[in-house]
Amino acid sequence: MGNAVLSELIAALAGGRIRVVDLTQTLSPDFPQIVLPPEMGQAWPFRIEEASRYDARGPGWYWNNFSCSEHTGTHFDAPIHWISGRHLPDNSTDTIPAKSFIAPACVIDCSREAAADADFLLTVECLRQWERRHGRIPAGSWILMRTDWSKRTDPVAYQNLDETGQHTPGPDTEAVNFLVDERQVLGFGSEAIGTDAGQAFHFKPPYPCHYYMHGSGRFGLQCLTNLDLLPPAGAVVIAAPLKIKDGSGSPLRVLALVPSADSIAKSKEHGKKNSNRTRTVVGQKR
Amino acid sequence: MTRPLVRPPRKNPILRTRVPNLPPGSRSRVALGLTAAAARGRLELQTCRDCGTVQYPPREACRVCLSQRLEWKVQNGTGELLSETILHHSNELFYRERMPWRLGIVRLDCGPVVVAHLHGDCVRPPSRVRVHANIDRAGQAALVAMPEKDTPNMADDRQLREMTCDPKFRKVLITDAKSPVGQSLVEAIVKAGADLVWAGYAEPWKKPPGFEKLSSLPQVTLVSLDLTDSRAVKNLAGEIGGRVDILINTADHHRNYGITAREGIEVARAEMDINYFGLLRLAQEFAPAMRARGADGQSSAVAWVNLLSIFALSNFPPHGTYSASKAAALSLAQCLRAEFAPAGVRVINVFPGPIDDEWNQALPPPKIAPSRVAADIVETLRGSAEDVFPGDVAEDWLARWRDNPKVLERELAAMR
Repeated sequence: MGNAVLSELIAALAGGRIRVVDLTQTLSPDFPQIVLPPEMGQAWPFRIEEASRYDARGPGWYWNNFSCSEHTGTHFDAPIHWISGRHLPDNSTDTIPAKSFIAPACVIDCSREAAADADFLLTVECLRQWERRHGRIPAGSWILMRTDWSKRTDPVAYQNLDETGQHTPGPDTEAVNFLVDERQVLGFGSEAIGTDAGQAFHFKPPYPCHYYMHGSGRFGLQCLTNLDLLPPAGAVVIAAPLKIKDGSGSPLRVLALVPSADSIAKSKEHGKKNSNRTRTVVGQKR
Repeated sequence: MTRPLVRPPRKNPILRTRVPNLPPGSRSRVALGLTAAAARGRLELQTCRDCGTVQYPPREACRVCLSQRLEWKVQNGTGELLSETILHHSNELFYRERMPWRLGIVRLDCGPVVVAHLHGDCVRPPSRVRVHANIDRAGQAALVAMPEKDTPNMADDRQLREMTCDPKFRKVLITDAKSPVGQSLVEAIVKAGADLVWAGYAEPWKKPPGFEKLSSLPQVTLVSLDLTDSRAVKNLAGEIGGRVDILINTADHHRNYGITAREGIEVARAEMDINYFGLLRLAQEFAPAMRARGADGQSSAVAWVNLLSIFALSNFPPHGTYSASKAAALSLAQCLRAEFAPAGVRVINVFPGPIDDEWNQALPPPKIAPSRVAADIVETLRGSAEDVFPGDVAEDWLARWRDNPKVLERELAAMR
């Protein structure tokens, strides 16, 4: 039977009944990194050095060495990332059970609210409203907060810093507790640079999404893109971090499998030539 | 009286860019003593400890008493111009391309008679002059007779400009224009008459106070530049590298830790990435084009300035890893100077004492104002030194280091 499911999946991918949407930003030196006060330890931005390019350093081949933080670009947060999750079992990128890396996704569209208010906070009421339309949030699913923040291709607008810090949307404390305790979600995903709102340092507790999600063994996904190409419910997300020993997180390629019935309208917009076989939506270049 | 320099016409693109030729550059080991002083902007001559004779040119022994107890001593260079000659022919390619060339014979008040390059404003002999030791395009000391008193547009003298790196009508890249020194420097270089200033900035989402207003200066173009990003450096060099006449590397990563004061190597690595590897990335991408333009008309490529630190000479343990990164940068700058030498492009190393900024907040005064560092850099470009030590602390440390580096090491180890 398992065989049949997988064969069916492959056939659906080949036939275009299931599309693959890339939720990943391109790893580039221009993509901004998390900002912390300068006296603190810093996350490395993505940097790349050429080792050879068909030249004297290596005549027949091209390759690079790169460096970055575990939390650079589109990345995964493991529970060990936060102090609240430090003593949990299987809390790092090398020990999290691999089956957690494939899960359904609920996409909460907050794009209009975030456009009106950069400090917009996702509330329990927003989540209940979503459930009234799409049914109860299934346990073990990703909650992806769509804000269209990834469409801010100018790094200055993406970071959105002023003298009082960063202004980006995220969940409020009650919404996080609701998702963790009452819906048993797998994790929380965001288009902005953190799963928490830009001003979440001033919340109680500071950074509630990190504190409670990781404190109860849940995960985070940050710097996602193309969430506007996902249906509110029904997509499956594949998000497998690099198997870093004791890793607190990892840049990764996040893919979504999307049943095409839910996106016929969008497929038409994007032209027929893209609809055969799998369609990979390339992350926006910054 | 020197006619003020006029903005050079645009380059004629069908003519070959002249290849840099240098004035004669070989010196004996003892004669390099003159260059060592000139590198600090000073005229020093050998003085006999036994009979007091001041002599020129440099020799192994006193020309009067044959004593070998000779000491380099600073001279004020005043003297009398005895005669002048205008050179219309030379087999030296450098001078051949720059005829006519004015030379004079000067009797220095301290004794010796010297042959010197003659500034255009020096009155016909007999007249009073001041002799300076400049660094010429070969990187060696050259004596220049200047008028006794400053004259209008003195810096614009054609011969003198062949020995200075005056920013007037030149195009200047300042790699980090966000820092306090960077901001002051953009303003100072604009004021010095630069045609164009490219003001580099990294991490555009971080806007320090004062930075925005720089872009309102008509000569200033903001350019995105992060020295930790090799591709960004390469891209910018591809865009403007062929036009940069003066490059001033102000990018500096400064934290205040020794070895045990902070766990891990992250801070030290960030310091090395900007202070050392940043310089290396810049040099690999920008030096080739600058080397090719060492004789590119009136506004040729002339200078590369490194903002180092007095801590480069000897480690200041409270800022230990920073000191190490600056020492690495100093060593690399010496390599750069050697590689620039055939092109006549001067490498100027600036060694300020603690600058009055956020990372030296906990250090007691005296601390040097960023604007003073900027002013000293401009003054050095207009003049002739290649090693500059802005501020009292830097001068004091330098004197102690020259006196006895081991004693200074012990003294610094005792500072907390």
